[in-house]
Amino acid sequence: MSGSETAAPPPIRRIWVWAPLVLFAAFGALAAFMLTQPKDEFVHSQMIGKPLPEFALRAASDSRPGVSIDHFRDGTPKLLNVWASWCLPCIAEAPQLEELRASGVEIVGIAIRDRPQDVANFLSRYGNPYSRIGADDLSAVQLELGSSGVPETFVIDGNGIIRHQHIGDIRASDVPTLLEKLAEAR
Amino acid sequence: MIAEIGHAALWLAAALAILQMVSGALALREAEGAPSPYALYARPAAVVQAFLAVLAFGTLLYSFAVTDLSVKLVATNSHSMKPFLYKLTGTWGNHEGSMLLWVAVLALSGGLLAFAERRLPERTMSATLAVQGFVAMGFYVFLLFSSNPFERLPVPALEGVGLNPLLQDIGLAVHPPTLYVGYVGLSVAFSLAMGALITKAVNPNFAKVMRPWVLGAWVFLTFGITAGSYWAYYELGWGGWWFWDPVENASLMPWLAATALLHSVSVLAACDALRTWTIMLGVVAFSMSMLGTFLVRSGVLTSVHAFAVDPERGTLLLILLALYIGGSLTIFALRASSIAEGKRFTATSREGALVFNNVMLCAILAIVLLGTLYPLLTEAFDVRVSVGPPYFNPVGAIFAIPMFVVMAVGPLLRWKDDKVARVQPELAVLAAVALLVIALVVFLGDYPLLPILGLALASALALAAFLPLRGRKLTRVPTATWGMVVAHFGVAVALFGMASEGAFTEERLAAVSPGGAEEIGGWTVQLESVDPVSGPNWTAIEARISASRSGSEPVILAPQARNFWSPPQATSESALLTRWDGQLYAVIGDGAGIGPDGQQRWQLRVWWKPFVTFIWYGGVLVAMGGILSFIGRLQVDLRRRKAARLGAERRMDQAALALSRTATEPAE
Repeated sequence: MSGSETAAPPPIRRIWVWAPLVLFAAFGALAAFMLTQPKDEFVHSQMIGKPLPEFALRAASDSRPGVSIDHFRDGTPKLLNVWASWCLPCIAEAPQLEELRASGVEIVGIAIRDRPQDVANFLSRYGNPYSRIGADDLSAVQLELGSSGVPETFVIDGNGIIRHQHIGDIRASDVPTLLEKLAEAR
Repeated sequence: MIAEIGHAALWLAAALAILQMVSGALALREAEGAPSPYALYARPAAVVQAFLAVLAFGTLLYSFAVTDLSVKLVATNSHSMKPFLYKLTGTWGNHEGSMLLWVAVLALSGGLLAFAERRLPERTMSATLAVQGFVAMGFYVFLLFSSNPFERLPVPALEGVGLNPLLQDIGLAVHPPTLYVGYVGLSVAFSLAMGALITKAVNPNFAKVMRPWVLGAWVFLTFGITAGSYWAYYELGWGGWWFWDPVENASLMPWLAATALLHSVSVLAACDALRTWTIMLGVVAFSMSMLGTFLVRSGVLTSVHAFAVDPERGTLLLILLALYIGGSLTIFALRASSIAEGKRFTATSREGALVFNNVMLCAILAIVLLGTLYPLLTEAFDVRVSVGPPYFNPVGAIFAIPMFVVMAVGPLLRWKDDKVARVQPELAVLAAVALLVIALVVFLGDYPLLPILGLALASALALAAFLPLRGRKLTRVPTATWGMVVAHFGVAVALFGMASEGAFTEERLAAVSPGGAEEIGGWTVQLESVDPVSGPNWTAIEARISASRSGSEPVILAPQARNFWSPPQATSESALLTRWDGQLYAVIGDGAGIGPDGQQRWQLRVWWKPFVTFIWYGGVLVAMGGILSFIGRLQVDLRRRKAARLGAERRMDQAALALSRTATEPAE
């Protein structure tokens, strides 16, 4: 090997050796910022502002009739509550649903993957604020609504258009919001 | 009691990590060449620490084996009625347990390094052990203060919550531990790189010490990714083998960096070039495995693999990340200019090709990294996006295609300087093969561009992999060269599988009632019956499907839709029929109402995936190539050590002989 080949090449330019560190610092700042942000794990429905899907569900228990899309086209806004007897947060929101019904709101229920006997037991223990309860055995209607879990509550206007989605159980503090959305949908 | 022993062992191991770090660091203060009294403690501390960390993991394993429900981790992740194997695998099927496994493997490899490595200068070794101790200490702190696996419940639980059913699978028994070994092996490569950088000893000797660690880690990563891909393929029931999920990317990125590192460390070992680049890759490879750990466990990204999310853990991990990566990049920036770049070479040489592909690998790494972090970036501005195949596949291909071309040519070139003209006949043959395949596929049908290119490149690459053997006596080819041949051929095989799956897959989704049949890819698939079945901790509906090809004897497939009851979750158990030329993949879905004939109908989803299995055969071949190469390097190293020892003995014998001669002469 000749001498010219082994001559030490110039050292790497100083600025470039800092580039990885700068990139990493940018990532670190972003990650630190994101860690402080509240994490929204909810799947928001893409159906807001769109009409309800066509559906007709049989009654989930003997106490109330079944539901179809026609019931949402009578001109009055309603709440559509997606729930199940096996869902614990659904028990937690029962008093708030009762309160909403007492203030004159019509609540239509859709029971997800449920049995008539379990639905009847749930209603006798925690109250029955529903005007109708449809049985959605395969979550087919639930998925078409863009709902990914129970409980979820939708505000539907008098023409069957989905106006608002509430994810999770309805707390006492959520009741005024829902009443407001119902009034807006009028 | 057992859990307390584990907890105590973990504390002791943490204390030893501090001793190792301090002892290694103090040894550096002595002048070059002078032995330091402090260096004495670093090696034993690392070895004993390895025993303690493995002991801690063993006690947790025992707690899971006997389902000790007074341990919180067992109660929240296991169940007394679970099959025994899945009780054991449940140990690392959760955040705390898998972190403990991580740390145990880290300590074990640190101990092995301290025990077995005698080739490096003592100063470099002290710095390496100090860095290794520092890395380990961070993880002990993380485990002990925010993820204690040995926490007891005030009142033992009556029954455990169970393990996520998706994880109750043999795939989980092997896939995460394999990946952890890979990640952790990279931590040793990182420590060695930092040790060499700090003591300014970046040379071929150091590269030879680093290479087996990189190679070993890379083999485990390759196996882990291959196994993980196959697990996702048959367990998730979506019919895909790679989803560009953040956690999959988290395992792919260290692999890409390790592949680049593997090749650059070989260049450094062989001809003392690419010094800074090798150090940089060593830092990047470990950073990527740390980054993956952070992304998965902090919950900043949403993934199907997500562990229980806890912002406190995320913060601690980010601090560790900042210390390790930030610290090493700072040292790199300060020291890089003090390392001479090493020997030069021309573009048309083996090194030239290796450098080109190193850059391509890093470009692909950057693309995957950007795609993985992009949702995080947009979410900071309140926009939710998910980045998937439409981004990764074409953008990755921009760099992957030239890389495969150079990969076919590179091994044919000589080191340091070569002329393309010398290998012109080979290039002509390879180009002809590729063009022939393109013509054939285009003639056969209308297929997307990328799979066609993939098929052509795979064919050329498969041939090119064996070209370095031409004109050589096969029995005299070094084992490491066989390793390269097998690994490169494995890449061709895997690429062929991917391209074939992409181009030729057929899919049927139909509502079928028992007795109904579907035609797919030359197969007749008939739904015979659907029945309820039950297992130890699940109930399911099971379909019996008979599949036959061109009138041959039908084979029965039995996919299931399972419902686990602890914890409640539905999974889809796919049924696979493997033939040499592909796989038939069947999934049974929900009931689809009553058909016009008055019978219950079921959603049946069937794929025919020609040569899809070659993806994983290829992956295994690549790993086997790595093993061969590892054995080859080890053989050479042992032979050298033996020769050195014999040489030393001979010299001593001669000296003794000379001495005895001079001693006996006066007596004559």
